[in-house]
Amino acid sequence: MSLINKMQITFPSRSVNEGFARVSTASFISQLDPTLEEISDIKTIVSEAVTNSIVHGYADREGEIIISVYIYDNRRVRITVKDRGVGIPDIKKAMEACFTTGSEDRAGMGFTIMQTFSDKLKVRSVQNRGTIVTMEKILCPRP
Amino acid sequence: MIGYSIDEKELTVMIKGDIDHHSSVDIRTQTDELIFKYIPNKLILDFSQVTFCDSSGIAIVLGRYKLMKQYGGTVSLAKVNPQISRIFDLSGVWNIIGRKEVKSK
Repeated sequence: MSLINKMQITFPSRSVNEGFARVSTASFISQLDPTLEEISDIKTIVSEAVTNSIVHGYADREGEIIISVYIYDNRRVRITVKDRGVGIPDIKKAMEACFTTGSEDRAGMGFTIMQTFSDKLKVRSVQNRGTIVTMEKILCPRP
Repeated sequence: MIGYSIDEKELTVMIKGDIDHHSSVDIRTQTDELIFKYIPNKLILDFSQVTFCDSSGIAIVLGRYKLMKQYGGTVSLAKVNPQISRIFDLSGVWNIIGRKEVKSK
């Protein structure tokens, strides 16, 4: 698996940056000429991961969120969303559908969506150190 | 941002732009203000102008469903494109909420 291209962005955990995060990720991946559905999937999983960092990771303070995007051969895309927030005490519980520690306006569907719309999802978290969500998606071959 | 129309006791709210955690506060409060003002029997959320929707959209729909239920009203979704529909499929929203089919392609 060889690396073809990569990018990284860092921005403060303000909700106004959610749109920027997903659009800039999708824009970088556009060099692979993805389908509209693939673009939409990528925007959605990035949006969910970034929202988690803002709502949970940095619930009581502002901090930095770092998104790295790697493009490998065979149209494999790896996206990591990293924060240095409070961490997730129980990852298994957090990944259950409809489980949320958020307020009424959260559905508890973030990880379920990340899992469904990516080909691979890995979550590493250390309490009071932060969380890294790694997602992979293999884009369909293009003629 | 939203637009709306009211016909008898049927309130149609057209959601415009991206639905995410950032925009959902305004969408929610503006929609609820209209519900409190008109107390409709039926709320239709029109998704034809929605450009992006993540799980925040699920919470908006389920929250409005609960609110409308308190007044004995119903909620249905209109013009949900296939991509956004996949988000709602995951959450089981269609089990409790009606769907108005897309007329145009």
